[in-house]
Amino acid sequence: MRKLAIIGIGLIKWGELWEKSIRQIAAEAISKCLEDAGTDRIDAMTIGNMSGGLFNGQEHLSSLIPDHLGRKNIPAMRIESACASGGMAVRTACLEVASGFSDYAIAVGVEKMTDISGNEATYALATAADQDYEAFHGVTFPGLYAMMAKAHMDRYGTTRDQLSSVVIKNHYNGSLNPNAQFPFKITSDQVLKSPMVSDPLRLLDCSPITDGAAAVLITTLEEAKKLKKQPVFISGIGHASDSIALSSRKDILKLEAVELSTDKALKMAGKSIRDIDFAEVHDCFSIAEIMILEALGVVAPGEGGKASSDGLTGLNGNFPVNPSGGLKSKGHPVGATGVAQICEAVTQLRGEAGERQLKNIRTGLTQNMGGSAGSSVVHILEVI
Amino acid sequence: MTGIVGYGTKIPRYRIKVEEIAKVWGADAPTYKRGLNLNEKSVPAPDEDCATLSVNAALNALKRAEIDPADIGAVYVGSESHPYAVKPTGTIVSEAIGACPYVHTADLEFACKAGTEGMFIALNLVKSGAVPYALAIGADTSQGAPGDALEYSAAAGAAAFIMGKDNLIAELKDTHCFMTDTPDFWRREYKHYPEHGGRFTGAPAYFKHVTGAVDAILGKTNMKPDDFKYVIFHQPNGKFPVLVAKKLGFTEQQYLPGLLSPTLGNTYSGSSPMGFAATLDIAKPGDLILLISYGSGAGSDAFIFETTEKIDEVRNRAPKLRTQLDEHKIYIEYGTYAKFRKKILLPN
Amino acid sequence: MQVPRYWREIPKRYRLEAAQCKKCLNISFPEKFSCPECGSRDFKTIKLSGKGKISTHTIIRIAPEGFNDQVPYGMGIIEMDEGPRIMAQITDCDPEKLKTGDRMIYQFRRIREDGSTGVIMYAYKFVPDVGI
Repeated sequence: MRKLAIIGIGLIKWGELWEKSIRQIAAEAISKCLEDAGTDRIDAMTIGNMSGGLFNGQEHLSSLIPDHLGRKNIPAMRIESACASGGMAVRTACLEVASGFSDYAIAVGVEKMTDISGNEATYALATAADQDYEAFHGVTFPGLYAMMAKAHMDRYGTTRDQLSSVVIKNHYNGSLNPNAQFPFKITSDQVLKSPMVSDPLRLLDCSPITDGAAAVLITTLEEAKKLKKQPVFISGIGHASDSIALSSRKDILKLEAVELSTDKALKMAGKSIRDIDFAEVHDCFSIAEIMILEALGVVAPGEGGKASSDGLTGLNGNFPVNPSGGLKSKGHPVGATGVAQICEAVTQLRGEAGERQLKNIRTGLTQNMGGSAGSSVVHILEVI
Repeated sequence: MTGIVGYGTKIPRYRIKVEEIAKVWGADAPTYKRGLNLNEKSVPAPDEDCATLSVNAALNALKRAEIDPADIGAVYVGSESHPYAVKPTGTIVSEAIGACPYVHTADLEFACKAGTEGMFIALNLVKSGAVPYALAIGADTSQGAPGDALEYSAAAGAAAFIMGKDNLIAELKDTHCFMTDTPDFWRREYKHYPEHGGRFTGAPAYFKHVTGAVDAILGKTNMKPDDFKYVIFHQPNGKFPVLVAKKLGFTEQQYLPGLLSPTLGNTYSGSSPMGFAATLDIAKPGDLILLISYGSGAGSDAFIFETTEKIDEVRNRAPKLRTQLDEHKIYIEYGTYAKFRKKILLPN
Repeated sequence: MQVPRYWREIPKRYRLEAAQCKKCLNISFPEKFSCPECGSRDFKTIKLSGKGKISTHTIIRIAPEGFNDQVPYGMGIIEMDEGPRIMAQITDCDPEKLKTGDRMIYQFRRIREDGSTGVIMYAYKFVPDVGI
């Protein structure tokens, strides 16, 4: 297996991009990525996208995006794993390069979610759940995570304030990120006064509906040394699945796919979670970040809430999580999220994160998951 | 012997009071309360319809009958509010209770009489030996036009009866029918609400046919009102069944246990069958019960049943009607009722 | 047109038919291609009793397309007395008053309809087991 490095990242300002189409935002992110890398070379393209079909009535992004980019003959393929599509696209681009099939593979994540109504978007997102045994009955993603939150509160005594601490921290971080959709701070009071979406989760516990795209260019470590930017080494990749229906799990508080994908990535990198300096994780809901902290092994099961409110995960904490603002503040264009997490980790490791720059870091972890953690992908990145 | 081996009912939990409806339409609530002996009525939840009420009532009947549902050879659902104009309710019920695929099923419609029509057919099919068991259901989620007198009474509920030959809880003694072509109430195809003949629904319609059926069956069996422990009439409101009972010489003790309309409303095809179920809930072995339905259009079916020793054994296996009617009620205001009953114009 | 997808699941949706592994007796609802516990593919069809308790729950206040007229509605994972857990709506109650561990019982209900002219879809829901 060839050693892998990231030599370029491209991220556009996320939000409600009314004037731009899915092809335009994907091309913009790719263009920024190539500019960052200082090369135009693309041997292969992977496209993380959850549902061009439902959000835009557009499938076949593997032709659409290279075509719009003006590079119509690039071999491209779309990768779908619900909200983990972006992370999976990065992983697939890594396989291209590691295997020797391609020397330069670009992973682009894109989702254009505001072309349909909120109700329709809720429906589209719910297709990431078990269509026949969850979505059919009228459950939503806020609903699924609310049930996990309720169980977490029942079993471990996790509190409303602890959930809010995740939201407040991520919005603080996002306020320092110019690309974030909602780059402003919020207070505990604002969380409490936001409308209930699915008890106990309120609107401000939920990641938003976002249009966005992100891209990363991957090559071999050897090739990377020829380029202008400081390369970031991808030392670990882990990937696992779990049952799609929450009700099928013996313990709904155990995110098995997250645990397994983390273990695999750490093993490949030859590291333990104690060697990781920071993480970008899939905080699609406040409770998700708390449960992921536990699944990563940063804290014991049940202690994620307390660790969050104690400041463990803040920019100055011992284990900073989501310095970008996370899905919560930065936005969650589902297929783009996993790619953008890598962009943030690279930005931090290069020392280019400006006001939100973490100190003394060498190793970062990204964790991206689909549905109610029915799939999860983890990358470990290091500066060389 | 032919008769009933199990019965079950279902009443939605929601209720609306007569005052609440009257308030919206500027009507005089006491007129309806005193004049028609109506106080409140059941309202189906948005996720209930004739098919769901039928299934849930039939499952209660199965709990009492303790038979293998695959042995049910016929399923009849009588209703004027079948969820589809074309596509049977009976198949939904048969599938849900586990009677498919070797079962004969049909949807029946005869205004408020469709429930006892099913009972009549089911009993006679079992009697003929064509099927070992037959299920008959009367169920409705009826709609009265907003502001119309019918809106105060049109209610929702279902009663299901499994007919068989052995282990009877009530044996069928006799039946009689009384039928003429009398257009006192109707709903034309593609129309949402029914229309009715006002006072014409009384003397030439309800009273003539109910009285005709009772006189005929008493004559046929050479019996008189005081031979019966209980009597149940169709109850479009709380007034008509009381008037006809008195006119025919029945007493309060005979008709009160089966008189549900003052707090249930008119459940149309479910009406007299539910009154009958409420009576079975309290009957002692050996009681003679007279059941008379009425359906606009118009006709009445009359049945005489005699309860057996087994009634005491099975009645507690499923919820009793009075429990469903009197307990765990949820009162709603007219706005919620209008939303539940899809009386609010939506964009699509 | 959602008819085939709806129709195919009817035995499970209407009658709570589950698959019991003949080897290890584990019950799957819905059935799986092979037993998640022991890998056996030898199953028998059983009917769940429809009785169970709330394992976790929530209230859906922002609904997906097709459920808007029902909000707010209770939703929960119901642990059946036989073991399997089922995601379902909890109806006929004030969802604010539901608690983990509450006893629930099956009811046959309308889930949604495919517009005003399409098929009506029915399935299990659960209601508090209050004896009615």
